[in-house]
Amino acid sequence: MWKRFSSNIGAMVGVVLLLAVIVIAVIAPMLYPGGPWQMVQRPFLPPFAQDAYPFGTDTLGRNVAAQLAYGAQVSLLVGLVSTLVALLIGVPLGALAGFYGGMVDEGAMRFTEFFQTIPNFALAIVLVAIFQPNLTSIILAIAIVSWPPVARLVRAEVMSVRKREFVDAATLAGLSKPRILVTQVLPNTVSPIIVMASLMVATAILLESSLSFLGLGDPNAMSWGYMIGAARTVIRSAWWLSFFPGVAIIITVLALNLIGEGLNDALNPHLSRKGRA
Amino acid sequence: MDILIAILSRVAKAAVTLLAIAVLNFFLLHAAPGDPAVVLAGEAGAADEQMIAQLRERFGLDQPFYLQLGKYVWGIVQFDLGYSFRQGMPVSQLIAERLPATLLLTMTAFFISLGLGIWLGVAASARVGKASDSLLTTLALLFYATPLYWAALMAVLVFSVWLGWLPAFGFETVGADYTGMARILDIGRHLVLPAMTLGLFFMAVYMRMTRASMLEVSQLDFVKTAKAKGLGGAAIRRRHILRNAILPVVTLAGLQAGQLVGGAVLTETVFAWPGIGRLMFESLAARDYNTILGVFIVSAAMVILFNVITDIVYRIVDPRIGARA
Amino acid sequence: MSTLVIDNLSIGLPEGADRRFAVKDMDMAIEMGQITCVVGESGSGKSMTANALMGLLPPGVTVEAGKAVFNGEDVLSLPEARKQALRGAEIAMIFQEPMTALNPLMRIGEQISEVFAAHDLYTPSQRREKALHLIREVGLPDPEKIIRAYPFQLSGGQRQRAMIAMALALEPKLLIADEPTTALDVTTQAQILKLILDLRDKHGMAVMFITHDFGVVAEIADHVIVMREGKVVERGRAAEVLGNPQHDYTKRLLDAIPTGKLPKARPPRDVPALEIRGLRKIYRTGGGLFKPVREVRAVDDVSLTVARGEVLGLVGESGSGKSTLGRTAVRLVTPDGGQVMVGGTDLAALSDEELRKERHKVQMVFQDPYASLNPRQRIMGALTAGPITNGVPRAKAQERARELLEIVGLGAEAATRYPHEFSGGQRQRIGIARALAMDPELIIADEAVSALDVSIQAQVLDLLRDLRERFDLSILFITHDLRVAAQLCDRIAVMQKGKLVEIGTVHDIFLSPQQAYTRQLLAAVPGADWAKENVDA
Repeated sequence: MWKRFSSNIGAMVGVVLLLAVIVIAVIAPMLYPGGPWQMVQRPFLPPFAQDAYPFGTDTLGRNVAAQLAYGAQVSLLVGLVSTLVALLIGVPLGALAGFYGGMVDEGAMRFTEFFQTIPNFALAIVLVAIFQPNLTSIILAIAIVSWPPVARLVRAEVMSVRKREFVDAATLAGLSKPRILVTQVLPNTVSPIIVMASLMVATAILLESSLSFLGLGDPNAMSWGYMIGAARTVIRSAWWLSFFPGVAIIITVLALNLIGEGLNDALNPHLSRKGRA
Repeated sequence: MDILIAILSRVAKAAVTLLAIAVLNFFLLHAAPGDPAVVLAGEAGAADEQMIAQLRERFGLDQPFYLQLGKYVWGIVQFDLGYSFRQGMPVSQLIAERLPATLLLTMTAFFISLGLGIWLGVAASARVGKASDSLLTTLALLFYATPLYWAALMAVLVFSVWLGWLPAFGFETVGADYTGMARILDIGRHLVLPAMTLGLFFMAVYMRMTRASMLEVSQLDFVKTAKAKGLGGAAIRRRHILRNAILPVVTLAGLQAGQLVGGAVLTETVFAWPGIGRLMFESLAARDYNTILGVFIVSAAMVILFNVITDIVYRIVDPRIGARA
Repeated sequence: MSTLVIDNLSIGLPEGADRRFAVKDMDMAIEMGQITCVVGESGSGKSMTANALMGLLPPGVTVEAGKAVFNGEDVLSLPEARKQALRGAEIAMIFQEPMTALNPLMRIGEQISEVFAAHDLYTPSQRREKALHLIREVGLPDPEKIIRAYPFQLSGGQRQRAMIAMALALEPKLLIADEPTTALDVTTQAQILKLILDLRDKHGMAVMFITHDFGVVAEIADHVIVMREGKVVERGRAAEVLGNPQHDYTKRLLDAIPTGKLPKARPPRDVPALEIRGLRKIYRTGGGLFKPVREVRAVDDVSLTVARGEVLGLVGESGSGKSTLGRTAVRLVTPDGGQVMVGGTDLAALSDEELRKERHKVQMVFQDPYASLNPRQRIMGALTAGPITNGVPRAKAQERARELLEIVGLGAEAATRYPHEFSGGQRQRIGIARALAMDPELIIADEAVSALDVSIQAQVLDLLRDLRERFDLSILFITHDLRVAAQLCDRIAVMQKGKLVEIGTVHDIFLSPQQAYTRQLLAAVPGADWAKENVDA
């Protein structure tokens, strides 16, 4: 599996890019001990003008490079944690619906469909606006709008695995239903969940940046979306204030998508089934 | 007859969903921190004692919870979405004024992205493994990773600020007072950048989906049958593969419509497009919760409408559905 | 005269495949107006040969050498446009899976007319006339209705007829049939074989018929070519190859085929291991707001007994309810009525919790070797989970598991490996060991050898025969294949549409069937006459 993944050029590019972003996020406090909010130079210093400030300074004279580095922390944190929370909601719900079927399935799926119908970005906006913007509300809002596809995927996977004969064999062995679900069925649904999770982190990062862009970010955390939002009105005079954070988002999201696709090709090889024929 | 029943039951289901969203809306309003009456008044500076007392009575906040809920939902059924103290008019009226601009923007973006996405997806699938396919899929991956609002800002920078080709914001040229065809063209010019940037992301989604779906269907047995009949590659792609591959794309497009409406908030914000998305952004800054929730429920209704339409299209295209159950 | 002559054909497999060539240095000739059967087990290269002729090889698989001369030109080296013109017009092909070989979104009539359209022949209304004519010719009922039907509205046999109609549309000189009856029930299979024979007689085309089943060969072949691992091992006139095989492999294949030779009857035993009384299972579908409820009586008041130490064969076509009966007997499906008595307990009446403790009494061996083992669980886990749940100490369960793996012929070291390291036949052995690990009073084998190649099938049947002697097993052996049932069973029960049609000793059922349906089934068994001759000989 690792062999198939590592021979995928796109996936390896993704891994390298993501590692770079992670390293920058981790060493940001060491690189810029003054933090992202400190005013260090005159405002509107263009990029590449001074070696110390390769990406220039913003409207208040803060170092854009420092802001980008700290922004990576927020993006990765929100992306990861909100995906985990979404998995915690979606996996159990989908698994129960798919495994037990009947009324459980009916109820769980109506609930999921309902959430899927609501325009997810609009719901995220409403949730963050009502519960006041901070990291917790942002993470929860993103998780709440992201879990329905997980539930549907897990349900579909569980339903297909449940029909396989080894599950019947486990039933005949006298194993209890919950045990069959946990030990026999769920382990066989892990691959697609991993793939989906890596793509969800990417989507979550986009969602967080969009919320911050609209002014719904955590006021105490520097984030890429906030940077673009704050620079929106000065785009004519200071293009770099919007440009670089956007590039940072694209790189991170692209890296995660590349990894997700690589995992998908490595974990769910369509070709391997043909080897049998 | 069957199809009529199916459409009716689908619409009934949509109505139930909308009611459920209304209930959710009610709970959200009450979940906001602080006294709901104060919340309703917003930070419009109107929160004096007398006003709040009025609000309490008007919205029945002194009544039992379930009565309040009933009243709220009943209000929504009658298109009463509450009153915006900030803007000094009913929310439904505010939205009604702004809705046409959003519909124009999202519909244009939807059809552009779906059309281009499917076309490019088919083109890429026909050239699998070749350079043009790699280029298309790489571009799609890039668009897929690009934040909508950033793409919008960059488009403004390039096409309006630097090149001066297209207007940077607004719905039409203020003060020009165009009429007839001239006005339509003027609106069209204003529409290009918002619709393109909103559609870009979704075009990437539909393209990837179409390509994957085409490749998957091309593995199926009946494609081999078609080839064995002596059909050529283009005819097989058009008559056999595309017809089957497009169904999941249509379903996805219906589901993605929700995101399109959400994306409109960002696009309209950047381009100062006078739609409900822009309205929502303005209301965020003003903490005008009634308007925010009003926009929310209307956009949910738009999504449900999209879903019903794609469901019906699907039912017409796929002969198996009616008979399956 | 030869319609097609294949000369020295080699087909290369992509890198990483288990061997270099799918087909190596192959020669064959297909005679005009004759049916040539290409026989072999999976992986023999028989289908690859056919696909190469049609230019339908999967990506990565290529013709590396050789010629296939048809009409004076080598079809393997023709330019694509010329190949396309040949396909459907001069050489036509039908496939194994009628369920997936038709476009689900296109009406049958359209799909047939498309053949004419592909070759720019006739006007649309002429095409429709011709399609109607073809539908009539292949014996589909109500042509006017069929022409407007979608594939999902047709049965498997009807779809295969529609496929044949398409293939015949332009009166090809060569028809390639790739396992066209494998996915069908025996009675349907017999009809399709007859149809192909009739059409051959009428149109005089050459037929290249690919199959794994020597029974089918005996029914229709004029010539036989036996393939193994990409090479031809034997060829000749059908009667010669079947009656007097020369090559070892052919002999083994023919030996492996369950024939009409009936094993000696055993004295009946009367201590029951399983008693089914008045069992009923009804499936209801539909029943929405506007839809009427449809009832399918999958098992309709069936009573039967399996004696201790007896193997009872349960035979029927798809939809007969035989599998539902088996699944109901182990309570994977809860019956709507009746009793399932095992060792004095009525499994049908137990609560879920009580049932879990009694589960070990009846075990099952499943059909699909690829789905019946958890890919993420080591063999040891699969064999010990049940006994440990039942209170057997872990060490003892593991010791027993290793012992059973020896007994089924895999060796104790198999325990530490994962399912994907085993072949289909080996997996079925593991499945058998898993059932035995529970020390059941009864084993239900549901199509346990149906997914296997004939020679592997024979080995697994030998194992089962051996095990039943050794452990005095009671087995309910469910199969669609009467020939297989005859090999192993003491008695046979025949089911049709949920009802038990007939039950009796193997000798009774085969030599003096009482019911019309049993006789019909026996007559439909491919190669039945040939098998009988073999018995007489």
